[in-house]
Amino acid sequence: MLRALWRSPAVAGPAALVERNLVIYRHTWYLLLAEVFEPVLYLLSMGVGIGALVGHVPGLGGGDPSVGYVDFVAPALLATAAMNGAMNETTFNIYGKLKMLHTYDSILATPLRIRDVALGEVAWALLRGTAVTVVFGAAVAAFGLLHSPWAVLILPGSLLIAFAFAAAGLAVVTYIRSWQDFQLVQLVMLPMFLFATTFYPLGVYARPVQIAVECLPLYQSIELVREPSLGVMNAGVGLAALYLLVFGALSMALALHRLERTLVP
Amino acid sequence: MAPALREFCYWMDRYRRVWRGTVVISVANPLLFLAAMGAGLGKLVDANHSGHLTGTPYLDFLAPGLLAAAAMQTGVIEATFPVFQSARSGGNYPAAAATPMRPVDILGGHLLFVAFRVLLSGLLFLAVVVAFGVVGPARALLAAGPVLLTGMAFAAPLMGWAVGVDRQSRLNGLYRFVVMPLYMFSGTFFPISQLPHWLRSVATCTPLYQGVALTRGAGLGGSHPGATAVHVGYLLALTAAGVWAARRSYTRRLNR
Amino acid sequence: MGDESAGAGVLIEAVGLRKVHTPRGGGEATEAVAGIDFRVHRGEAFGFLGPNGAGKSTTMRMVAAVSPVSGGTLRVLGMDPKTHGPAIRARLGSVPQDDTLDTELTVRENLLVYGRYFGLPRAEIRERATQLLDFARLVDKADEQVEALSGGMRRRLTIARSLVNRPDILLLDEPTTGLDPQARHLLWERLFRLKQEGVTLLLTTHYMDEAEQLCDRLVVMDHGRIVAQGTPRGLIAGHCTREVLELRFDDQEAAAGKIRHLGDRQEKLPDRLLVYADDGEDALKAVHRTGVEPLTALVRRSGLEDVFLTLTGRTLVD
Repeated sequence: MLRALWRSPAVAGPAALVERNLVIYRHTWYLLLAEVFEPVLYLLSMGVGIGALVGHVPGLGGGDPSVGYVDFVAPALLATAAMNGAMNETTFNIYGKLKMLHTYDSILATPLRIRDVALGEVAWALLRGTAVTVVFGAAVAAFGLLHSPWAVLILPGSLLIAFAFAAAGLAVVTYIRSWQDFQLVQLVMLPMFLFATTFYPLGVYARPVQIAVECLPLYQSIELVREPSLGVMNAGVGLAALYLLVFGALSMALALHRLERTLVP
Repeated sequence: MAPALREFCYWMDRYRRVWRGTVVISVANPLLFLAAMGAGLGKLVDANHSGHLTGTPYLDFLAPGLLAAAAMQTGVIEATFPVFQSARSGGNYPAAAATPMRPVDILGGHLLFVAFRVLLSGLLFLAVVVAFGVVGPARALLAAGPVLLTGMAFAAPLMGWAVGVDRQSRLNGLYRFVVMPLYMFSGTFFPISQLPHWLRSVATCTPLYQGVALTRGAGLGGSHPGATAVHVGYLLALTAAGVWAARRSYTRRLNR
Repeated sequence: MGDESAGAGVLIEAVGLRKVHTPRGGGEATEAVAGIDFRVHRGEAFGFLGPNGAGKSTTMRMVAAVSPVSGGTLRVLGMDPKTHGPAIRARLGSVPQDDTLDTELTVRENLLVYGRYFGLPRAEIRERATQLLDFARLVDKADEQVEALSGGMRRRLTIARSLVNRPDILLLDEPTTGLDPQARHLLWERLFRLKQEGVTLLLTTHYMDEAEQLCDRLVVMDHGRIVAQGTPRGLIAGHCTREVLELRFDDQEAAAGKIRHLGDRQEKLPDRLLVYADDGEDALKAVHRTGVEPLTALVRRSGLEDVFLTLTGRTLVD
């Protein structure tokens, strides 16, 4: 039964693409460590420096009224790592495959269809994002920053985050015309990274700004990871999961629609 | 026109096509970082009164640090990726070297352009700092010198290195494993007095710390003349040594 | 599914096949293929001859079930590319004009990974890859990066890759363009061997010698239409004399006037004059008798180039 499912074209097609990327990854796995290096640096910088300046973070609903700054930031960095790990793959790397390497021209001459390629790339990006989160998560745990058994939810959470941003990245990359355009992507991603409660809680903002921030996919991603890792479980976590699922599915639909238009000669 | 100026004009011509994008980025980056880290995080820091900042508001502390770090980033990026691309076959350097220009002219012209980029994005950053009300316009102008010096102390030696690099992944590696750690631990986001003792001595020796200290002194005032002389001397020496080394490696690379 | 219903052994059948490119965001549509009919039988080598922009590659991409058909009907292996794209592609091998090798993979990995796209078992592909590397004479390059290969090697690897699924039909779009003579001959020899093994070949080219060497039958295309079809010999016999006399003059205009009556037919090119005659040497003697002194004179057998010139008044390769 499972074997038959695995062999069906709907699964085997995307799986073949994942396999391709895995073959390349065998030569370049160390890039994963490089990718984890950056969030670890942030974490150290927070732990050694900024944490002492900030002290404790007040007012996180339900749980501990004041949480240490590093404990507050670590989950946000985890969510961001899952996001970046997945999105770098479907933006930079896929742009290169679309415009420079023309990887898909030969693949689409085989029985694989555009949707197999799209699903395969998203599945791969999802694996990458999750791998980054797992390695960085191990570092976070080693620093003693996970405080609750609920923290195991970080794993499925990061899968969901990676899926949502992998799909979003795939949709975005179909609009990109040159490397210059990535500056525009940065112009959206950087403020999201800075303002989505990565470094300080929502309470700092005035209420209208709070509402805007709550609409950001990264904010929801951080919620999905931060609450369980601080041992706070509430409806917000479920809502965040739902948000990311819908956001990912819509992005995926858009990406498929766009790819059908750009890849067919 | 002097040969080096011809090379400078080449880079300016190229820049003319993309300048709008870079200006937007040069304004948006400090704006976003100062708003998020300075104003947002600053609320928590200022409320905590930890004593590490000796009473300086966090935004005031952060702004000059970020300014110097941004100068480093501009210097590093402009001195690595374009140099690497240009030095490859089919790039601008071999083409320019086939004209009467000498390698040292090519280096000189490109270096001048990098200086222009560092200064331009530094001035845009300063405009944002002034808009945030951290310093007045006059004091801000005083910081332009330190910004230029910091950027060039990175750019000059790195150009000499990048011209001989064989793979782009090395540039990414430099950025990730050298520039990012410097960015985080050179007194940009928090005073290095918070670092463990041994790390503090290391941090003091880095060019970014020297640049941050110099810029902060110029921006906040109250800097010790002796310390300022040390910072300036350090950065000038690094720039001069970088130019000297780059002359050698440009000549070696382009005369073969 | 997949039975050749349209007569015994017809693998590809096109009737009134058209392709219209509509530029994205408006603009005037261009008709790359303007209604063509052809049939390809099992085991034959079928060629599309024509200059750049004639619609050859576009036709190939439609047959490959990659580019959607704009009009007319197309059956490949008895199936409609529109509805059975993956099933058709599973039984085709495709060698596009530009090598679309996966430059992130090594030579052998290119074969292994490509085989997986067809859903073949890993063990089978491994064995097949070893055979194909041997076939393409790339055994000692197996673990190199693709970028380290010469143009001829890349093209051989592309062909080896296209054979990984043991295709019924092999599509080759300008297989030897850009290769040096030695690499071309090696490639022809390999393609001839495939043909002997019973693989149906469909190829485009703008080289006459290639079409004459490899094709059993061919069509000549120009501006999206078929202007002639038949066997290479039949086309030459039907549209040409046996020999051609090529003459160059200091003053072509003056000379042409004096020898206008010679040969079956003449063709004026910017740099030379072609005299079509069954006996070229005779024609040359006749030229000398008129007192005209050509700078150079060459008698050669006529070929497909001359057929094309006759049909369109233009040379194939500008």
